[in-house]
Amino acid sequence: MSRALRVLLAGGRPRKAQIDAFLEAHEFPLVEGNHVTFIWRGQAEAVRLRHFVYALQTEVNFQRVAGTDLWHCGLDLPRGSRIEYKIDVVRGGKHHWIRDPLNSRMATDPFGANSVCACDGYVVPDWTVPDAEARAGTLEEHWLEPTPFGEARKVTVYLPARFRQSRRYPLLVVHDGGDYMRFAALQTVLDNLIHRGEVQPLIVALSHPGDRLVEYPDDPRHTSFVAETLLPFMEARYPLWPDAAARVLMGASFGGVASLSVAWRYPGVFGGLLLQSGSFAFTDIGQHQRGPAFDPVVRFVNAFRENPGKPATRAYLSCGQYESLIYENRSMVPFLQGIGIETKFSESRDGHNWENWRDRLQEGLSWLFPGPLWMLYE
Amino acid sequence: MIILLGPQRLAPIVGEVAREHGIHGRAAVVTAGWQEREAEDEELFAALGLPGVNLQLYHRWEEVARTDPTLFAAHRERQDQLRALEELYDKRLAHVMAAARELLEAEEPVELLQAERASAMDAVRALDDHHLRRVADIHAAFEDRVRPFEHPALLRHRAEIAEVLVGADVLVIAGGHVGVLLNRLRLFGIADHLPGKHVIAWSAGAMACCERIALFHDSPPQGAGNAEVFEHGLGLVPGVVALPHASRRLRLGEPVRVSLMAQRLAPDWPTTFDVRDVVVIGDDGRLVTVRGARRLRADGTVTPLADAVGLRPGGEA
Repeated sequence: MSRALRVLLAGGRPRKAQIDAFLEAHEFPLVEGNHVTFIWRGQAEAVRLRHFVYALQTEVNFQRVAGTDLWHCGLDLPRGSRIEYKIDVVRGGKHHWIRDPLNSRMATDPFGANSVCACDGYVVPDWTVPDAEARAGTLEEHWLEPTPFGEARKVTVYLPARFRQSRRYPLLVVHDGGDYMRFAALQTVLDNLIHRGEVQPLIVALSHPGDRLVEYPDDPRHTSFVAETLLPFMEARYPLWPDAAARVLMGASFGGVASLSVAWRYPGVFGGLLLQSGSFAFTDIGQHQRGPAFDPVVRFVNAFRENPGKPATRAYLSCGQYESLIYENRSMVPFLQGIGIETKFSESRDGHNWENWRDRLQEGLSWLFPGPLWMLYE
Repeated sequence: MIILLGPQRLAPIVGEVAREHGIHGRAAVVTAGWQEREAEDEELFAALGLPGVNLQLYHRWEEVARTDPTLFAAHRERQDQLRALEELYDKRLAHVMAAARELLEAEEPVELLQAERASAMDAVRALDDHHLRRVADIHAAFEDRVRPFEHPALLRHRAEIAEVLVGADVLVIAGGHVGVLLNRLRLFGIADHLPGKHVIAWSAGAMACCERIALFHDSPPQGAGNAEVFEHGLGLVPGVVALPHASRRLRLGEPVRVSLMAQRLAPDWPTTFDVRDVVVIGDDGRLVTVRGARRLRADGTVTPLADAVGLRPGGEA
C-alpha cells in the first residue's frame, strides 16, 4: 500500500471530505518506487485491475475500504515499467471494462484506448512528440491495381522533408502503416529522427491490409503483393536506391510475421528487417496452444526454422518483457544470428502495444538507416 | 573581425549582429554544408540584410567532378581512406575513453588516482593527436600525388572565386554537414583570401573556422557517444573548439562528461554555441563580445565565456 493511502487510512475510516481531498491532492495511480497503487471510487460489487502483463495474474482484485466507496489495489512493477490497463467494475453481475477515471493518461489502439501507468524511470521519448524545429515530411496516397488480392489496395507514401527527385533514398515498407501513424506517431518520429540526423532521409511505403490475420501469416498473395506489386510501383515512381541493402521491411505482431515471410519468400530482395513483438509462435513437437488464428503462423515459423535460407542481412527485433511473445522473440535472436543475419535485439518493460513499438523506433531505425548525426550541425 | 554565432535557422540574428559591429558592404556566402540545397539561400540573405553572392562551392565541385573524372576518382579514393581511418580511430577511441571515464568516476584510492587520471587523459589526447596527424598525412599525400590545384577544371573555379572574394567585405559561412563544408572550403582555397575581411560563421561554419573540429553527441541512438576529433579546421579562431547545439547534443549537467571534453581538448576552450549566442573575436585574437556562449571547464563546470572578454582564448586563463 502506498504511503499516501496509509496516511489517509491511518485514522480509521476516512470521511467523504477526506477522500475528496485525497483524490484532489494526488495523481493516480500512485507510484512509489517499485510499488503502484490503483484507486477507484464508486459503488460496485467488485472491482478488478486488468493490466495485460503476461507474466502476472491477469486480474487483480481491488479491496474496498470498509464503510466507504473507495477501492484500491497494489502491484509491484520494476523501475522503468510502462503498462496499459483497464478497470473492470462489476455491477449487477455485469462486467464493465473502463479506463481509469482518475488517470488522464491513455494510449489508443485499433480496439479503443487503455489507461497508462508509467513507473519511475519511464519517460516518453522526446523524439516522439512534435518538435517545432523539425521540418515535416509529406504524405501521398496511391491505389495499386491489379493486385494478387483481386482488388485495389491503398498505399500511403511518406516523403522526407526537402525531398528531391534528384537524390536517391532507401525504402522502408511498413505493415499496418495506418496504425503506425495513428497509434505510434510514426510521422512525427520520422520527421524528428530525420531532422536530427539520427536517421537518413528515407521513403516509407505504408501498407494497409485487408484481413491482416489471414494475409499476414505467409499468405502468398500478400508476399507477392509486397515484392511484385508494391516494390515495382515504388521503384518506378520514386528515386530509390536499387539494391536490397537499402530496402527494409517493418511490422509489429502479425506484421512482424508478414515482414519475415516476405523476406523469406523473396531472398535477396530486402536487406533489412525491423520486427517488433513478432508473433513468431512455433512448435518443436506437438500442438501450439494459441488458438486457430495462430495455425498459419506456426506453420510458417516452423517451415522457416526448418529451412531458413538467408532472408535478409540485418534484423532489428524488439519485444516487451510483459508479452507472452518475449520467449519466441528471444529465441529468434540466436537463430537469426546462426544463419548469418546481423541481429540487434531490444527488450523493454512494456507490453504488446503501439506505444511500446513507438518507443523502440529510434533504436531500430537509426541502426538500420544510420543518419549523418555526427556530421550535421545546422 | 570574426563573428561566431549559434544556430540561425529559427531565430536568426546574423543581420543585427553584423550591423551592431559595423559590418557592411558585399557578402560572399558559403552554404556548401547544405549540400544539394546550397542554392536555397533566400532566407539567409533576407536575414543577413547585405547584398552579395553565394559562392556555390558544392555546385562548383559537382561540376569539377563531372568535367574531370580523374580528379573526382582520386578525391573519392581519399575520402574512402579518411572514412576507413576514422573507423580505426573509433575502435581505439572506445577503449581509451572508457578507461578515462572510469578513472574520472572512481573515488579511490585517492592517493593514486590523480596521476592515473592524468595518464589516461594523456592517452586520449595522444590518440586524438595521432589521428589528426594521420588525417593531415592523407591530405598531404593526396595533394602531392594528384596535384589538384593544377587541374584546369578546379583552377578555373578557384580563379572565379578569388575574383568574387576581392570584391567582398565579409565572408559568411552557414552550417550544415561539417565534413562537406570543410572539404569544399579547402578545395577552393577560401582561407587564402580572407586577410582583411570580416568572417561571420555559425554552427558547422563556426566549427570549420576553428583550429580543431570535434564531432560530438553525448546521447546518440547508437554507440557510446564518444566525441571525436575530426580534422584541423581553417584555424581562423585559435584557442576555441566550437560546439554548436551544445544544449541539445551534450549532457552539460554531467561533470564527468564536461570534464573529459575540457581536458581532452585543452589547451583549446570547448565553447558552446546555442541559439542567439554570439562570440566576436578581434583582429588581435582577443574576445571582443560574448553573449550566451559558455566554456566547458576541466573541473566539470560550464562557465560563461563572457568572463574572458579581452583575453585570447586557449590556455588556462
